[in-house]
Formats: sequence, C-alpha cells, structure tokens
Amino acid sequence: MITHTARPLKVVLYEGKGAIALPAEARLKVMTALLDKGYAVARVTATGTQTSPPQDDHTLLLLGSFPERQAPALEDVTGRVKIEARDITDLDAESIVALVDKTRGEKPMNEPGKWKPWFPVIDYSRCTNCMQCLSFCLFDVYGVSEENKIQVQNNDNCKTNCPACSRVCPEVAIMFPKYQAGPINGDDVSAADHGREKMKVDISSLLGGDIYSALKDRSAAAKSRFSKERSPDKALDERKKCLTKLVNDGFIPMDVLASLPSPDEILRKSEVAKARAAAALAAQPGAGAAS
Amino acid sequence: MPETPTLLYCRCAYAQVVPSGVKNAVLQQLCDSGASFETVSDLCEMTAHRDPRLQELAQCGKLRIAACYPRAVTGLFQQAGAPLPEGTEILNMRSLTADEIAQQMLRTEDEAAPAVANA
Ligand code: SF4
Ligand code: SF4
Repeated sequence: MITHTARPLKVVLYEGKGAIALPAEARLKVMTALLDKGYAVARVTATGTQTSPPQDDHTLLLLGSFPERQAPALEDVTGRVKIEARDITDLDAESIVALVDKTRGEKPMNEPGKWKPWFPVIDYSRCTNCMQCLSFCLFDVYGVSEENKIQVQNNDNCKTNCPACSRVCPEVAIMFPKYQAGPINGDDVSAADHGREKMKVDISSLLGGDIYSALKDRSAAAKSRFSKERSPDKALDERKKCLTKLVNDGFIPMDVLASLPSPDEILRKSEVAKARAAAALAAQPGAGAAS
Repeated sequence: MPETPTLLYCRCAYAQVVPSGVKNAVLQQLCDSGASFETVSDLCEMTAHRDPRLQELAQCGKLRIAACYPRAVTGLFQQAGAPLPEGTEILNMRSLTADEIAQQMLRTEDEAAPAVANA
C-alpha cells in the first residue's frame, strides 16, 4: 500500500559550529543506513551552503556529537518547524536509525523494498502534445492540465515494469527512470532510437488505438483490418495474442495482461480517453492537428 | 564571489538501478570531504508523491546533483512541479565513474565546469 506522505522528518547530521566531527567511518555508515531506510538526510559542516529549513511543518531532527553529550535546545524563529536535537556520540548506525524511527513515531513513510516508484515521466523538451499516450493507456495514468497539456496524473495506476506507453510515443518523450535500458531510462535519444520507437507505434496502435475502432467498426459491420467475418470476441483474442507476444518479448510484464479490464470496459475507456484527447487537441491554439 | 552550489546526492534506494559500487563510492567521497550536502533516498519516489522537499531543493539557487540520466532527473523535478533552475549540473551515476562524479561534485567554483555535466 502506497502512502502519500512526504518525508515526515528532515534529518540533519550536524557537524558545524558547536559540534564535534564524527569519525569518517561512522558518518558514512549512518548516512547509508538512514538513506536505505528511506530518510532524507543533510550533512552540515562549517563549510559549504547550509541546509535549507523545511518549508512545511515537518520536524527537523538534528543529530550530532556534542560537548558533554549535551544536545542543544533549538527553536525555529518562525515557530513553524519543530526542531529536535539528539546527541549520537558512540551510537552505532543501527541505534541511530532506531532513534530516528522513534522520533518519527507513528507518522507513515514509504520504505524501499516495499514499493517501486514506477510511472512515466514526460520529457517536455521532446513532447509535441499529440495525446497518443493518453489514448493508449488503459489505466488512466495520463490526463490533461488546465492548459490542455499532457500530464501524468495518476502515477499509482501505472503497472510496475510496464513501459508500454513509451513505445507508443512517436517522439520518444516518455521515460521510466527505473527502466534498465535507454532511451526509456532517460538516456539520450539517438536517431536510431527514434526510428525504432516509431516503428513500434504500429504494434501499439493495433493494441491501443486501431483495435478500439476496429471493434467498434465491426459491431457496425464496417470494414476494418479485423472485421468482416470476425466477431468482437475474436478480435479481442487477437489483441490478447498480440499482448502475449509483447509479454514473451519481454516488452510488458504478464500481470499487465492479467489486469486488463473487461472487453466492454476497454471499449468504454478507449472512448473516454479518445474523447479527452480529442477535446484537449481541439482546445489547443492552432488546433488543426486533431485527427 | 560565485555562488556555492548546493550538492544533492540521490541514493536510488527504491529500485536500485544505479550501480551500488558507484553510489557507495560517491557517498563515501562526499562524506570524506568537508562539504555540506543534501541527500535523498530516491528522487523518483519523491516525485511520485510530489514531495515538497523537491520544491525546496529546486529553490536552492544553484544545484549540483549526483543521480541518474539528466533527462530523467530534469523530467522528475518538472513533473513534481519543481522545475530545476537553469545551470543545474546533473551527474549520471549510471554512466560515469565514482571518481569522475565526486571530482565534479566537489570541485571549487573557479575550476572548469566539466564536459560530462548537464549545464
Ligand atoms: S506503462 Fe502501461 S500502465 Fe503505465 S502509463 Fe504506460 S501504458 Fe499506462
Ligand atoms: S505520446 Fe509522446 S509526444 Fe505524444 S503527448 Fe504523449 S508524451 Fe507527448
């Protein structure tokens, strides 16, 4: 279960004025342990820029080795941020993490290992706002802003390890930073990538675009690639086959296939998504591009 | 006097796509230096939750970030509603060596900007 809580604590490893520098090994160990637990940590020394105070009402927890093991009493002049200080002289990394956990108390926080942040990230320097991704995704991940610009709105709906929509984007503008290979992981886009990705649009449109119209046309007994003698059920079978191929090719994970909505729901969703995309395109300045 | 950049290190703790040898060594070199720096557990996770800390970081003035691909990092901040200031340097722990990154992260302002950073 994903919680939507920003870091409830800002941890500062304080080695500035009035504190004793930590032994190098202890410093690295405690930083590593806290980061791997999911905390954000700043190290403050006498040099360099000082850490910015939190702009929200989260607690600032100052950890340091202080003379006579006496952590100072600190107060935020604005009164917004609760500042706590603790002496950590001679404490090992494990005990320090326990101390931080205790200060955090019951406040929820995501933890590494329990969830993978997997969602599309749009490279707006490449995106042309064509809305193909919005029409394609069956899980309502995309939406449009008030300015009718494509946006990732429901990133929790995205299917972990599925980079399918990145294959639909004609501009190679969709990134998944946790993906292994480039350019989907954010690596530079080469001319070859551009060509390759464009080719994939055909497969994707079969699955996400044309297939919907194919199904609709079929029920209206219209002509289409799949229509004529085929039933909607058969076309859906076709779609499944294609998706299975994508699964086998390592393109998308099996659970995406398993979690596809029902055929009726797919049709309904595609209509809604297409209408939203068309409306957003029509509302853009110089809207002739809507097709 | 040139403004000292805020140094930010991302641990990539939520999926570990950054090689652990590189990220450990970069953190070690930052820790061994006398510098102040900021660290986050995972920039993707923070973007997923529109963490207000990203706004704070983007408002630092000047930033030097050790994370992953510059295109991805820029996109993450933008998606979180915290576009990075112009001139932010992004060092890619997925493709550079730990020494290259630490050297650039810790260089003084009068040393030349690197060819590897995303200026
Ligand atoms: S990866 Fe799949 S679920 Fe996620 S946005 Fe793209 S198409 Fe939708
Ligand atoms: S498919 Fe690509 S170019 Fe089109 S709106 Fe989506 S991200 Fe932008």
